[in-house]
Amino acid sequence: MISYILRRAMYAIPILIGVNIITFVLFFVVNTPDDMARMHLGMKRVSEAAIVKWKDERGYNKPVLFNHSANGAKKITETIFFQNSVKLFIFDFGRSDSGRDIGYDISQRMWPSLAITIPSLIVGLLSYISFGLILAFFRGTYVDISGVILCVIMMSISGLFYIIGGQYLIGKFLHLVPISGYDTGLNAVKFVFLPVLVGLIGGIGASTRWYRTIFLEEMNKDYVRTARAKGLSELRILYRHVLTNGLIPILTGVVVILPSLFIGSLIVESFFAIPGLGSYTIDAINRQDFAIVRSMVFLGSVLYIIGLILTDISYTLVDPRVRLN
Amino acid sequence: MSLFLFCIGCDQSSWNNPYPHEESDELIYYDSFSERPKHLDPVSSYSSNEYIFLGQIYEPLLQYHFLKRPYELVPLTANNIPKPIYSDKNGGILPETAPEENIDTIKYRISIKPGILFQPHPAFAKDKNGSFLYHDLDENDLNKIYTLADFNVLGSRELQASDYIYQIKRMSHPRVHSPISGLMKKYILGLDELSKELNSLYSSDSSSGYLNLHDYSLSGVNLIDKYTFEITLKEKYPQFLYWLSMSFFAPMPWEADFFYSQKGFEEKNISLDWYPVGTGPFMLTENNPNRRMVLEKNPNFRGEIYPTEGEEFDEDLGLLADAGKKMPFIDKAIYSLEKESIPAWNKFLQGYYDTSGIVSDSFDQAVQFDSQGDAELTDEMREKGIQLLTTTTTSTYYMGFNMSDDLVGGDSERARLLRHAISVVVDYEEYISIFANGRGLPAQSPIPPGIFGYTMGKEGVNKYVYQWQNNKVKRRPVEYAKELMNKAGYKNGRDELSGKPLVLNLDTPAAGPGSKARFDWLRKQFAKIGINLVVRATDYNRFQEKMRKGTAQIFQWGWNADYPDPENFFFLLYGPNAKIDHNGENAANYKNKQFDLLFDQMKSMKNSSDRKIIIDQMVELVRYDAPWLWGYHPVGFSLHHDWYRNAKPNLMANNTLKYKRIDPDLRSEKRSIWNQPIWWPIVLIIFIGTIILLPAFFLYRRKENEQII
Repeated sequence: MISYILRRAMYAIPILIGVNIITFVLFFVVNTPDDMARMHLGMKRVSEAAIVKWKDERGYNKPVLFNHSANGAKKITETIFFQNSVKLFIFDFGRSDSGRDIGYDISQRMWPSLAITIPSLIVGLLSYISFGLILAFFRGTYVDISGVILCVIMMSISGLFYIIGGQYLIGKFLHLVPISGYDTGLNAVKFVFLPVLVGLIGGIGASTRWYRTIFLEEMNKDYVRTARAKGLSELRILYRHVLTNGLIPILTGVVVILPSLFIGSLIVESFFAIPGLGSYTIDAINRQDFAIVRSMVFLGSVLYIIGLILTDISYTLVDPRVRLN
Repeated sequence: MSLFLFCIGCDQSSWNNPYPHEESDELIYYDSFSERPKHLDPVSSYSSNEYIFLGQIYEPLLQYHFLKRPYELVPLTANNIPKPIYSDKNGGILPETAPEENIDTIKYRISIKPGILFQPHPAFAKDKNGSFLYHDLDENDLNKIYTLADFNVLGSRELQASDYIYQIKRMSHPRVHSPISGLMKKYILGLDELSKELNSLYSSDSSSGYLNLHDYSLSGVNLIDKYTFEITLKEKYPQFLYWLSMSFFAPMPWEADFFYSQKGFEEKNISLDWYPVGTGPFMLTENNPNRRMVLEKNPNFRGEIYPTEGEEFDEDLGLLADAGKKMPFIDKAIYSLEKESIPAWNKFLQGYYDTSGIVSDSFDQAVQFDSQGDAELTDEMREKGIQLLTTTTTSTYYMGFNMSDDLVGGDSERARLLRHAISVVVDYEEYISIFANGRGLPAQSPIPPGIFGYTMGKEGVNKYVYQWQNNKVKRRPVEYAKELMNKAGYKNGRDELSGKPLVLNLDTPAAGPGSKARFDWLRKQFAKIGINLVVRATDYNRFQEKMRKGTAQIFQWGWNADYPDPENFFFLLYGPNAKIDHNGENAANYKNKQFDLLFDQMKSMKNSSDRKIIIDQMVELVRYDAPWLWGYHPVGFSLHHDWYRNAKPNLMANNTLKYKRIDPDLRSEKRSIWNQPIWWPIVLIIFIGTIILLPAFFLYRRKENEQII
């Protein structure tokens, strides 16, 4: 297994280089270093000298991808791309274009993101699996049909509607929780409740249908028929046999997103004023802070690759037939 | 859910209260901000969202009177408003009326009030021997430091004139970007030379470490004694006094600059841009722009007195109730991050923010117009005791023609007539009504109301676009614009020379569905005279590039006044400020020798009838040339609850927090009434859910009990 993990980790390097190049090219197609300087220095009374100085201080005075005036390897190394990318591979994110330590900011802002994403994942998983099981259990009855119709309707509604509707109903109309904001420690609970609830409701449609399909597929298999023939109750069949065997596709979907929980949610954090990594990324895009955008995209890619490796490992744990060779 | 109920149950205040219950009775002002400040270093900051904080922390020499209008400068840390002393080449003192060509230098002698102390800060902390505790920190010391709060010992010292000199020198500091450095080099004697000297020492490799500015002299700024210094200008510049009221001229203790420049501080994000050090009524005790910013009363603040004079009706409005009392009136101000306007608005309505602006989405809920067209609050707002303040801002939003463009620009009669025709048909009254909820005043010239030179009534009408009828300003009819088009050789929007239809391009950074309605409206306006308007929407970077290169044809732009002087608007049309040639703020690239001569004359004059005559001439020139469609001056609407006192819009002052008063008991009472939890819908939903699922339960029971025979 260790050699498999090492091999996968090695595969990740060209992927990360590719992601880095694409991020870099896309960013610099839209923004030149001059644009970035203007954005950071403000709109009023910005002189050319100040722009030159800003670029000089941050290393944006070099050619973007290829340095024609340099010799040898410096043609590659004396470029914005190389200077900004190499350190990422040792997780040195450097400083943002406004001068802040990105690593420190990430370490501070991942906690609010986790405060939303972990409960959302746990509560969501439990709820969606339960709903999926209920619909599968009542397959073909009015519960199943109306449940599926409801799921399709809920899938069709924009996530923004749930956010604004949730804030209006729970926060503004019922006065049960603050509409937005965040606090630390136990005080965070009342701020986290609404985003988690909104995330839960927003995901019900798609996830419940997905889990229902998984369970229905399992329920038509021979071992379920055997269990019924043994006289087991439907609930026991459902929770003991169907759920256990349905775990493999569920794991595929869940384990892969586990590391990405750090990254947070872009829209939810913005609407609920959660100071997490999602809003950090959005802010950086709006401010054209390439150093942060590059770091967050890189981090996201690394976490996604870790998620995929973890998924493969988890296969071996839940299904003895799978071997990592 | 149980954890949630437990935590909520612990809190005795309203369940949706975002603040701890203990804060309810405290003198805390609550507000929100939507964008994190980029800079908190007063020499770099040039943005209103930064001034909200900086204005309360730093104290420049002068400030604007809180109540008086027109805006009036009064001393803040200075003893009085400095008066210019004019000298000739031989050092002889000249009278104020001396011709400008005889004046060689202008000196301002400024004395500051003694006894003003800086806020408590580790940069000032000293041991028993008088040595600075935190000016020589090594790696081991820094291991225990993460934020400024980790320094246990704080100190302070008295404000001195040298702190102002130090800050002026910082404008030329090679590692600090001051947006007004270029402007000030033009006026402050020796600043340009100092900048060159410091830049020659600077290289990007040596971009850290302390640069002791005391070691470098600035010929135009001299220390007279502990509380007095002199600033020498190279030419007459009366607007300089306005700059002295801005944070660029706030005092900076060298100790703070030294403290923050120590090795390892930058890596820990401990910098002057993050932790300001001032003498003002408040100090920044929490800087977490991802969540909230907290200002607390500076314990070393000397205590300033609330103004005893104001405008005619200020007393009736209760704005002089605190006259003569010691400020500030609040202990703390908490600004929470709200990126989206809807949550911020709803929290204001719940009483969790003391003040609010009005975004378009909420406008109809908050404001209605009476039969006279005056704005008033809706019944819902009045019932809550919310109050509305409106004021025409000292800003202008305009549509400009690129005067270097072959078609719409230039000095030809044909182009001028075309510009006039367009000026007539783009109906800004309609624009304000549709897109600004009526919150705007159609502009007659670049000068907004409240700025010297603005003329009201018949005399102030732009006759090329409007006419005076029945004591009202009325836009000229479309037929008049068509006549102008005919005269220009564009009959029915077709170029008589080429026979081709007239197509003009509007370059704009606005894009997306939100802007579509505006663009459709603009196309409709141009189509009134047969012009086909093509909207070339692009991102802001490309738009800026087009403006710099002069490839835009028509554009939309705006300007907020730095200070209440017409010079700050006319300079947007001053030839030597043209964007293409000088990368200045004259985006239209308008050049008119006569206008430039008058500008040079007007800018150094005091407000007087002579100055007004020149301003009128300049206004007439630009109206005739029409490099802009004058657009409109936005009217600011702001709301506040009735527990928030001493509210008067002041568009120039940034340090108004100290004047505000809060009634926490009234706020607490109203919050409690407005935010009682409502449970019945939850109970109803559970009940309905149970009813719906009951048959399913019976179905399950029946299925379980089925017997296979």
